[in-house]
Amino acid sequence: MLLIPCPICGARPEAEFTYAGEAHIARPVDPAALDDHAWGEFLYARTNPKGDHAERWRHTHGCGRFFNALRNTHTDRFTASYLAGATRPHGTPTTESLDAPAMRSETEQWGQA
Amino acid sequence: MKHFSAARLAREALRGQSGWTEHWRSPDRPAHAYDAVIVGGGGHGLATAYYLAKQHGIRRVAVLEKGWLGGGNTGRNTTIIRSNYLMEESAALYNHAVKLWEGLSRELNYNVMFSPRGVMMLAHTVHDVQVGKRHVYANQLAGVDNDWLSPDQAQEYCPPLSLDAGMRYPVLGAALQRRGGTARHDAVAWGYARAASALGVDIVQNCEVTGIRRDAGGAVCGVDTTRGAVATRRVGVVAAGHTSVVMAQAGVRMPLESYPLQALVSEPVKPCFPCVVMSNTIHAYISQSDKGELVIGAGTDAYTSYSQQGGLHIATHTLDAICELFPQFRRMRMLRNWGGIVDVTPDRSPIIGKTPVPGLYVNCGWGTGGFKATPGSGHVFAHTMAHDAPHPINAPFALDRFRTGQLIDEAAAAAVAH
Amino acid sequence: MSIRFSFDGRTYQGEPGDTLASALLANGVRLMGRSFKYHRPRGPLAAGSEEPNALVEVDRGGGARTPNLRATQVELYDGLVARSQNRFPSLGFDVGAVNDAAAPVLSAGFYYKTFMAPEGAWAKLYEPLIRRAAGLGRAPEVADPDHYASRYAHCDVLVIGSGPAGLAAAVGASQTGARVILCDEQPRFGGSLLSDRNARIDGMAAADWVAAQVGTLAARPDVTLLTRTTAFGWYPDNMIGLAQRLTDHLPDPDPALPRERLWQVRAKQVVIAAGAIERPLVFSGNDRPGVMLADAARTYAVCYRAAPGRRAVIATTSDTAYRAALDLQASCVEVALIADARQVADGPLPAAARAAGIRVETGMQVLATRGRRGIRVAIVGHVDADGRVRSREWVRCSLLGMSGGWTPSLHLFSQSRGKLRYDATTETFLPGESAAAERSAGACRGVHGLEDVLLDGAMAGSAAAHDAGFDAPGPVRRRVEGAMAARWTAPVPSRRKQRRAFVDFQNDVTSKDLLLATQEGFHSIEHVKRYTTTGMATDQGKTSNMNALSIVAAELGRPVPAVGLTTFRPPYTPVTFGTLAAYSRGVLFDPVRTTPVHGWAAAHGAVFEDIGLWKRARYFPRGSEGMHGAVARECRTVRAAVGLFDASTLGKIEVVGPDAAEFMNRMYVNPWTKLAPGRCRYGLMLGENGFLLDDGVAGRLAPDRFHVTTTTGGAPRVLALMEDFLQTEWPDLRVWLTSVTEQWAVLAVQGPRARDVLTPLVDGFDISAAAMPHMSVAVGSIGGVPMRLFRVSFTGELGFEVNVPAGHAMAVWEALHARVEALGGCTYGTEAMHVLRAEKGYIIVGQESDGTATLGDLGLEWAIGKAKRDFVGKRSLNRPDMTAAGRRQLVGLLTADPGYVLDEGAQLTAHAPPPPGTRSLGHVTSSYGEATLGHSIALAMLADGRARRGETLYVQRAGGMVPVRVVDPVFLDPEGVRLNA
Repeated sequence: MLLIPCPICGARPEAEFTYAGEAHIARPVDPAALDDHAWGEFLYARTNPKGDHAERWRHTHGCGRFFNALRNTHTDRFTASYLAGATRPHGTPTTESLDAPAMRSETEQWGQA
Repeated sequence: MKHFSAARLAREALRGQSGWTEHWRSPDRPAHAYDAVIVGGGGHGLATAYYLAKQHGIRRVAVLEKGWLGGGNTGRNTTIIRSNYLMEESAALYNHAVKLWEGLSRELNYNVMFSPRGVMMLAHTVHDVQVGKRHVYANQLAGVDNDWLSPDQAQEYCPPLSLDAGMRYPVLGAALQRRGGTARHDAVAWGYARAASALGVDIVQNCEVTGIRRDAGGAVCGVDTTRGAVATRRVGVVAAGHTSVVMAQAGVRMPLESYPLQALVSEPVKPCFPCVVMSNTIHAYISQSDKGELVIGAGTDAYTSYSQQGGLHIATHTLDAICELFPQFRRMRMLRNWGGIVDVTPDRSPIIGKTPVPGLYVNCGWGTGGFKATPGSGHVFAHTMAHDAPHPINAPFALDRFRTGQLIDEAAAAAVAH
Repeated sequence: MSIRFSFDGRTYQGEPGDTLASALLANGVRLMGRSFKYHRPRGPLAAGSEEPNALVEVDRGGGARTPNLRATQVELYDGLVARSQNRFPSLGFDVGAVNDAAAPVLSAGFYYKTFMAPEGAWAKLYEPLIRRAAGLGRAPEVADPDHYASRYAHCDVLVIGSGPAGLAAAVGASQTGARVILCDEQPRFGGSLLSDRNARIDGMAAADWVAAQVGTLAARPDVTLLTRTTAFGWYPDNMIGLAQRLTDHLPDPDPALPRERLWQVRAKQVVIAAGAIERPLVFSGNDRPGVMLADAARTYAVCYRAAPGRRAVIATTSDTAYRAALDLQASCVEVALIADARQVADGPLPAAARAAGIRVETGMQVLATRGRRGIRVAIVGHVDADGRVRSREWVRCSLLGMSGGWTPSLHLFSQSRGKLRYDATTETFLPGESAAAERSAGACRGVHGLEDVLLDGAMAGSAAAHDAGFDAPGPVRRRVEGAMAARWTAPVPSRRKQRRAFVDFQNDVTSKDLLLATQEGFHSIEHVKRYTTTGMATDQGKTSNMNALSIVAAELGRPVPAVGLTTFRPPYTPVTFGTLAAYSRGVLFDPVRTTPVHGWAAAHGAVFEDIGLWKRARYFPRGSEGMHGAVARECRTVRAAVGLFDASTLGKIEVVGPDAAEFMNRMYVNPWTKLAPGRCRYGLMLGENGFLLDDGVAGRLAPDRFHVTTTTGGAPRVLALMEDFLQTEWPDLRVWLTSVTEQWAVLAVQGPRARDVLTPLVDGFDISAAAMPHMSVAVGSIGGVPMRLFRVSFTGELGFEVNVPAGHAMAVWEALHARVEALGGCTYGTEAMHVLRAEKGYIIVGQESDGTATLGDLGLEWAIGKAKRDFVGKRSLNRPDMTAAGRRQLVGLLTADPGYVLDEGAQLTAHAPPPPGTRSLGHVTSSYGEATLGHSIALAMLADGRARRGETLYVQRAGGMVPVRVVDPVFLDPEGVRLNA
């Protein structure tokens, strides 16, 4: 069970959250202007990367807020979390640094954020 | 390829097993050029290579596997085989596979241990009964065997089943596909590898594809690998959970998300469970392997991941359901728990066909249920790659359906009601 | 005090503290099990949880029978009943042993090469035979009478293992004030110190020092001590699973006690002090009862005072077995020979053995053993560096202690995704770079020598506490005497060609099987494992994996790390299903949601059905009525008079704020701007994919306030979708969403006399047709209880839905019920509700629609606000397939026989019988018998259905087809006269 850094409540167990898929896929302002291919891409195409993934979570059984987080999908390590609407922070440069124990204490500090 | 048989086993027993040779050739690196390259050495990829060589005469084929052959979902699944799907398109695809399963051991001269012991899907609510009967009727019309059983009939077929009306989710009935069952997963990969290799297919392990090359016109012209570059005009991506990663090398963004899927087995016990039982409502999937282990399919974790390591709560939740259905198994013990990475499409049906890139084909999106389709999937995908056009069976499973909206949505069809 | 127990029906005596294995050995019983494949007689190989051979079932009676337990871990209690497994008719004479004679045919993977003809014979003929031969113990057959517990815990430092390193780590970490949990799989703390006769720590005997440390720990309030507790798995973010065994060692446990408890520990830091497991030697006949790990033999002799034999041969490639020899000799076991495969043995322990008069031969290996049900002779010989046998000697013995060196226990470290590194000098994998907040200490990271191990543990404990945020003093170096250092050295490779040299004991995998696998092209260790099944037994390869790896690596001529190590998967040792499921059984398996009226309904004989987590009253039978009788009566009563229905499970969401109408416009297909306060509308919500997601009536209570209802199952989904759009797409809208499902009970009064029921009960307001027309809502009170009254109908009759606070619902229900009864009405359940709405052609989301249906398919396009530029799902409605011809559309079906009821789910075709290859035209979604209309009715989704009205089609039934006429789906009152009454 992951520990997930809610930007409002701090690190909480996964059971309190709902996963909500890839982040930063904004709904088109005028969907009617999109052709079928573009609309299909909006609905269904996903980056699904092995590595840093900007994704949405909802702290359903907590503050109830949707927020975004950066997680490495290879290690499942979170490196950032931020409010919906905020711009995506830079990912970690390499996977090596993700394995470093130092990242761990950063993860825990979000608990006080 | 030397023929496998009981007589051969006896002969080798007498001469110290000295006559056995490698099941498939293992070249250290791929050749410089092939007529077709398959990315991914799992069951589906190996089956594709086999049918390309066997049925379409395309023998200069390489299967490139980044790890060890059959080490992905082929070797990690719970081996359930069935074709009692609701949608006619799905039923046709999976039934094509079941028919191939029935003769596969002899076709490959490799005992894949296909065991049609019956797959029973339980209904626990009035809604489940409606959905289950709809499946049975649809299958009967489509020529796919599937029968509706009363609770008593279900227990007669599967004696460990409890009909205690006091259960949180009592059994109200069941759909039974007698031709469904299980097979030995590793043997499927090895059997296809051996048969494909004998037809000239090169199987290269520890060979990761790092790039897909395209010519000036945008068509596929080769792949880069950790063991050298390969020229080819046809690339079939059959990389299961890693499809998005491979397709990104060709600049194609897929309608896929990859999730960890867990499974577990108990310690082996003497035969105590005769068939496969599935309960979609309480998420329990169980059978007993020939070795005696109870094989139990768990769910996916909630988030996309490539870590092959999910949470303990997934396994415990699964065992909640198993123990609720079969309270006699509470004292059994979990021996191994593992995860695989499955790629899931928006309509939970696979994608088998062409892509926007000429010469690039994809076979993916099998989600939690790809093993059962292995022979059929390889068969129709080989047809698609050989003819640059889909087989009628996989035509509905085109990538384009996510543009047109012609989804094949099995999951939605069983949606929770009311 | 001695303990009586039975094994295979014979009664024996044991001592407190014994395991079943030690007690049997003390009674001279060496044969405890049969192997999986060849049914070879086996005794214990080990003394701990790595045991592959001595598997038994323990039967506590009353259904509490557990198979496949390791006799080395079964604690003895008075009256213990144990039985051997996988043998017929008896352990001593097992007919399955014929497999052993057929071993040359049953080589690795033999089953992939035969049993293929004729087609189908595998499943009918061969597989049943193989299945019967396979398996170990017998599965329990009746429901487990025991219960299990579960808890979560948090700590600063979790220490796994309580040998010298773990104890020192726990003491070191806890002195800083850190919250520490120490767990050990054994019944007592101390690990290897418990069988250490000689060492003195800080002047104390090892066992006394252990007791002192445990005493210190127990006195610290922030320390939790868990014995009989296995750390079995490592999960993301330092969540460790522990399985604690609570009652299996007790003769007569209090039934209130759980049998086992699952701990899910979230640890800031973890110290893994899991120790090391001795490696067997691979030689012909290394599996006979009496052949065991040298340190296991020592443990039985020293710790349990159960000499596992009278005359011993020790075969070794390392120094540690000399200590075993010395301890055995001190326990009155004659040590006939130490056969050391190394050419030189010159450490302090070999010197001590020689000084004690034990014959030590270097360059000597065991070539084979003899003995029918246990070892009687070891055939040893000098083997030179090229593997040539230079001499041969028969040595009589009843115990052969073997040691091929030590394998650090890396399971948890590896599960934590730490990287392993290979140490070629000792041929072991060791923990490398960490990936989680953990550190290893002691033998599991290759540290040996008691003094070094104690220091390593203390340092790990201090460092872990420091990293968890505590001020940690430097570690204390303990003064150790009497412990002779035993260097770890690389094992001497086993000889290549051996007849029956076992690597995986339980699964009967021999070195020859491994060579065959490599010969057949299986070069990845994962392939070798799967092809031969080595390492896949219930011990998960604890004693076999390294031997298999080194044999395969040597055969392939590749370095060990290049062949790879198989993945360490949880659990470390098997974990009881019941422990993992714990409390989750019966009503705790899934929560049950009930309405405020539930108790009343149950008391009035309601039959319930599960809908999601809800229990809903399906019908209220009277007297001897069955379901059909009750439902027909309930339907007729509603149509003729009035019915009372508990609709409280409907989802309810309050949408409030200045932009509430705009928000509703965007979420639902309908237009909301012009809906006047006091009016309702039937709302339809799509997914962004354009398919119907949910429906329900929404009432506008005020310009800025909507009371929205959803389907029973759809409420969480709808609210989550609303929140998603509100928070992430339209954060500018001033709208607040509140789930009020549990706050409002909904009591539906439906039927021509509904108004008569309510009129005297509502507090002073007008509910006449003029004041409250169909699809209106009013706020008021009923009998003093606040009320939101909706004039809506899901039956086609004049109807009201009385919303009252859930806490007052029963009072209002009873008042309504009294009026309903007085007016000739009755209560009705969900089944009658289904019939009544179907007669009116109203859909149920999830029954008529199934996630692939559009509004057009369902005949509901009229609801779409045509002037709206956008709403969720609108763009998808223009996708090619959504407007294509041939989509399935909602229709009604009538049978020629008015009494015949079609099967729900049955498919429609144009011809009967359908020719092969016929595609389905659609299916029956709802079907009900004659209730009020004088004939049965059905709803169906039919391809081009609306254009087919009037056609005759065919519907499947058991053994044939039924002709049906396609009709409009509205069977009753299409003009809505009754509705608007």
